Parts: sequence; C-alpha cells; structure tokens
Amino acid sequence: MGSPTKIRASIKEGYTEVRVLMQHEMENGRRKDDAGNLIPAKYITEVKVRHNDRIVLECQFGTAVSKDPYLVLRFKGGQQGEKISVDWIDNKGDSRLDEAVIG
Amino acid sequence: MSPETNLGRRKALKTGCSLGLWGVLAAIGLIRSGTVWAERNNRAFEAKTIDEALDALGVALTENSAAIQLAAPETAENGAFVPVTVTSSLPRIEQISILVDKNPTMLVANFILPEGTEGFITTRIKMGQTAMVIVLVKADGNFYRAAREVKVILGGCN
Repeated sequence: MGSPTKIRASIKEGYTEVRVLMQHEMENGRRKDDAGNLIPAKYITEVKVRHNDRIVLECQFGTAVSKDPYLVLRFKGGQQGEKISVDWIDNKGDSRLDEAVIG
Repeated sequence: MSPETNLGRRKALKTGCSLGLWGVLAAIGLIRSGTVWAERNNRAFEAKTIDEALDALGVALTENSAAIQLAAPETAENGAFVPVTVTSSLPRIEQISILVDKNPTMLVANFILPEGTEGFITTRIKMGQTAMVIVLVKADGNFYRAAREVKVILGGCN
C-alpha cells in the first residue's frame, strides 16, 4: 500500500498552503537493473488533494515526475484544525490515502 | 480526447480492470458514491513530440505570456530532481500542464485547479538532458504559455 504521504498545511495571508511529499519510486519503465533487465514502469498516475471533502487539486502524472513526488499548492479559505487529505493511485493499482490537519 | 481513445477506455473499463480495481478502491473508501477520478489524458502522456502533446491537450499554438511566471534553475546539477514553480495571476485558471521538449515523453504532469485554488504549483520533475521546460496554463477557456531552458549536467534517467 506504499509508505505514508507527508502533508503540512498552514494558514498564510489569505490562503492555505499545502506541502505534500509522497513516497513512491516513480519508476519509468526504461531503466535496467544490474542484470540488464528492464525494471517495469511503476508510477503514480493520479493524485487528489482535498480540503475537508472538497477537491482543491487534481493531478495527472506521467513518468517524468521525480521520485517521491513533491507538491506545493495554495487555496483560498481553510481554518486551523480542518482536514487535508491526499490520495494517489499508481499504474499498477496501488494506492494510498493520508490525512493531516491545517496547523 | 479523440472518440477512439474514449472507446478504448470504455472497453478497458468494461473488461475487468474496472471491477477489480474500482471495487477495491470503493471498499477502502477512496471512492465515495458520486465521485469518480477525472479521466486521465493518456494520449497526451504518451506523446513523443510537442506537437502530438499539444494536439492531445487540445491546445492551439500559443504565444509566451507575461502573465505566467515559471521558476526553474538555469542549471540543474541533477536531472532527476529539477524544481519547478508556476505562478500566474490569470483569472479563472482551470489547468496547468508541465512539459519537457526533449524527454522521451513530453508531458510531465497536468494539474486541474477548481475554483478557489490559486494559480500556483511547485513540483519536481525529471529531465534527461538540457531542454526547454514548457508550461501551459488554461484560464477562462484559453491557453497561455511560458517556457525556459534548463541546462542539465547529469541526466535524470527518465
């Protein structure tokens, strides 16, 4: 099920800033292992960031997003203590849902 | 997205992967009733040239816009982690796309911004060699573009 996504959300002037660090190898399918065999592609294809239950950002990724994808986004509104959640799915059907509160 | 691609996707969804995967997702609560994943633009992600990518994204040729700020290093030591920040004050931004014109596939990521989300994205991308980073912003139905060259010293194996 992958490793936990780190989420930090804080109130700035007029908006909430969310920083997200997902843990995923983002393997592009073109690299070879030591024995010369192709390492199969395994990468996050879609991510959703929600504030409470409202989507504030949807991402579609290709293979060229860096390993352990990092995101910063900003949305209007948000109060301390409210919920931010991030869920992702990869091309192999692996997925992960993590939550944090706005600090 | 072309009708063919759509059909292909419908077929794929019908033939199984849907049931298994979506069933699992629903079971663990990732999908609440009434919500579905936005359709990923697979044709755009498979594009091997900028023209193909633009076509798949439905973008007509656009000029560089001063209303988009694209921050990326002039020189990246390590192409595996190139930080990119896009900022734009254009009204009603719906989508931000990041492309690299010399990667094996052009499109790196699409971001879909609902109302209330600021025209701001930071992420990190892989670059195989020195290339142009191209950003497309869709605002109020129109596409705007910004681009800058990033010199890559050690390619990011993408």
